[in-house]
Amino acid sequence: MTTNSPSEKRLEQLREKAWQEGVVPGRGVDVVGGPIPRKPGYYGQPVVKPPVWTWEVPLYFFFGGIGGMSAVIAFGALLFHHVEVARAAMWVAVIAGAVLSPILLIMDLGRPHLFLNMLRVFKYRSAMSMGAWILTAFGMCAVAGLIALELQAHQIFPGALDQLLRFTAGVFIFAAAIFGTLLATYTGVLIGATAIPAWFLHRTLLPIHFGTAGLGSAAGVLELLGHRVAALNVLGFYTAAVETVLLIWLSVDKHGAADRAIHEHGSGWLIRIGEILNGPLALVLRFFGLVPFAAISFLIGALVSRFGWIAVGKVSGSDPESVFAAERY
Amino acid sequence: MIGEGLQSTNQRKHSYVRDNVEVGFFTDPTVCIGCKACEVACKEWNQVPDDGFTWTGNSYDNTGHLGASTWRHVMFLEEDRAKGNQIAGPMSLGDQDPFRWVFLSDVCKHCEEAGCLEACPTGSIVRTETGTVFVQDDVCNGCGYCVVSCPFGVIDRRPEPLPNAGGAFKCTFCYDRQKSGLVPACAKVCPTESIVFGRLDDLRARGVERVQQLQQIGYNDAQLYDPQETSVRGIHAFFLILGEPQAYGLPPKPQIPTIYLKSAWTSAFLTAIASIIATLLAYVFFS
Repeated sequence: MTTNSPSEKRLEQLREKAWQEGVVPGRGVDVVGGPIPRKPGYYGQPVVKPPVWTWEVPLYFFFGGIGGMSAVIAFGALLFHHVEVARAAMWVAVIAGAVLSPILLIMDLGRPHLFLNMLRVFKYRSAMSMGAWILTAFGMCAVAGLIALELQAHQIFPGALDQLLRFTAGVFIFAAAIFGTLLATYTGVLIGATAIPAWFLHRTLLPIHFGTAGLGSAAGVLELLGHRVAALNVLGFYTAAVETVLLIWLSVDKHGAADRAIHEHGSGWLIRIGEILNGPLALVLRFFGLVPFAAISFLIGALVSRFGWIAVGKVSGSDPESVFAAERY
Repeated sequence: MIGEGLQSTNQRKHSYVRDNVEVGFFTDPTVCIGCKACEVACKEWNQVPDDGFTWTGNSYDNTGHLGASTWRHVMFLEEDRAKGNQIAGPMSLGDQDPFRWVFLSDVCKHCEEAGCLEACPTGSIVRTETGTVFVQDDVCNGCGYCVVSCPFGVIDRRPEPLPNAGGAFKCTFCYDRQKSGLVPACAKVCPTESIVFGRLDDLRARGVERVQQLQQIGYNDAQLYDPQETSVRGIHAFFLILGEPQAYGLPPKPQIPTIYLKSAWTSAFLTAIASIIATLLAYVFFS
C-alpha cells in the first residue's frame, strides 16, 4: 500500500484531527470523547439480523390480502346469487392473488430461478413453507374457479354440463375462499413467528390486522370497480371498525424499548399513518357516505401499514436494546 | 489439550461423522490473543469473500458482526473492569483504573433447536450426522426467512455482486473437512486452543471445569454461555464469557421463534373464520 492510498490519507487526516482536538468524531470512528464507547450490547451491533426483504414483500402482503379475501367475497356473492359481484371478485382474486402475488414473491427471492424448491418439502413448523403451499393451492383453485364461473356465465355448454360447471365453480370458489383467508392471514404469522422483537411481541395482532386489512381492501377494490352493493359497504364498516380497535390496541399494548420501532422513528409514522387511514378515517368517510374516498383511504392505509411493518422489522432488528428488553415479555 | 501436540482433539484425525458423534466448539476468551487466524483460516478454506475493508474504530475489530461472508468473528471488548486478579495501575492520580481487553471468537451456535433450520421452506438447511446445522447452497433459493428466524443474528443472505450472491450463508462447521476426518479450519489453526473442537459432552465437561478453575484464580465473572434452559435447548458452539452476555451481543435468553407459532396461527385461524362469517352475514342481512 502506498502512502497515497485513500485509506492512508484518511488515517493521516484522523491523526491530524486527533492531535489538534483530542477527539475524533466522524465516519469510521465510533470513539467520540472517550476510549471506551458506551453503546448497548457489543458496540451497538445488531443482536438479531434485520430482514433482508425489500419492497416486493410488503406489496406481496398487500396483493395477497386483496386476492385472498376477494375469493371470500366471491364465495359469499355466489351463495346469494350476486353473480356479477362474484365474477368481478374472482377476477380480482386471480389477478391479485394468483398472478401478482407469485410474481412478487418470486422477485423477492435471492435466487428466483430456484423458486420451485419451495415445493420440495412441506414443513408445518415453517410459516414460509406453509405460505408457499397456501399460495399454490389458492392460485390453482382461484384460476379453476374463475374459468368454471366464466364458462357458466357465458352459457357455453348446454343442460347437464352447465349444471356440472356451476357445481364445479362453487367447489373451487369455496376452496379458494378457504385458502384465501389463510393467504391473507398467514403473512401475520410469517413475521410474527420470528426473532424480531417488535414483530413477535405483536404476533396475535398481526394476523388480525393483515387479514382484516385484506378483507377491507378487497371490498374497497370491488367498490371502486363500480360494485356499490350494501354488503360490501357493511364489510367496509366492519373492517374499518376492527382496524380502529387495532389502532387503539397498538397504542395501549406498548412494550417499552422492546417494540419502540412501532412508536418511534419513520417506521412508527408509517404504522400510525397506515392505521389512521384504514381505521378511523375510513370509518368516518364511510359514515358520511363518501364510499369511494373511504375505499381509497382504506387501500392506501393497508398498503402503507404493510410497508410500515417491514420497516418496523428493520428498525427493531437493528436495535440491540430492543432484543434485550424483549426478553422480559 | 494444550501441550498434547498432535494428540490434541484440535489436531488429530477423527471419525465423528461416520460414528454419528455429537461435536462442538468450546471457545474460551481467557486464552484468546485476538490474532484472527480463525477468521483467516475460515475464509481461506471455505473461500468466503471479503467482508469489506472498512475501519469501524471499535477497538481492533474491523469485522463488525457475523454474516453471510463472516463465519468467524473475533470480538474485541474494552471494559473498565479488572480481569481476574489483575492490578490496574493508576491512569489518573490516586485511584486504580481497571481496564481489560477481552477477545472472543464468535461463530454460528449450531443450536440444538435451530430457528433457521425450522424456518427454511426449501429444506436447504439440514442437521448433519454430528448434530451441526448445514446450509445446502445448491438448494437455497434465498427467501431470507432464516435471516429473521435466527435468535443470534448469525445467518444472512449474501448480497450482489459477491460470488454465489442471493443465497443464505453461515458457518458450515467445516462439514466437508469433518467428513474427511479433519478438524474445522478455525480450530485447527487456533494457536492457543482458545477454540477447541471435539465431542460435545467432553467439551461441556471441560467448560465447567475451566469456569471453576478461573473462578478459583479470581475471575469471579467467568461463566458458560450455553442456553440449555431456553427453547434453543443448548448450543453446539458454546462459549466461556467474562461478564454479562449482553456485552458480547449475545441474547441472555434466546428463544426459537417456532414457540410463537401457536398463538400466531390461532389468531390467523380466528381471523379467517371471522372474515368468512362477516362476509356471509353481510350478504344475509344486506342483499
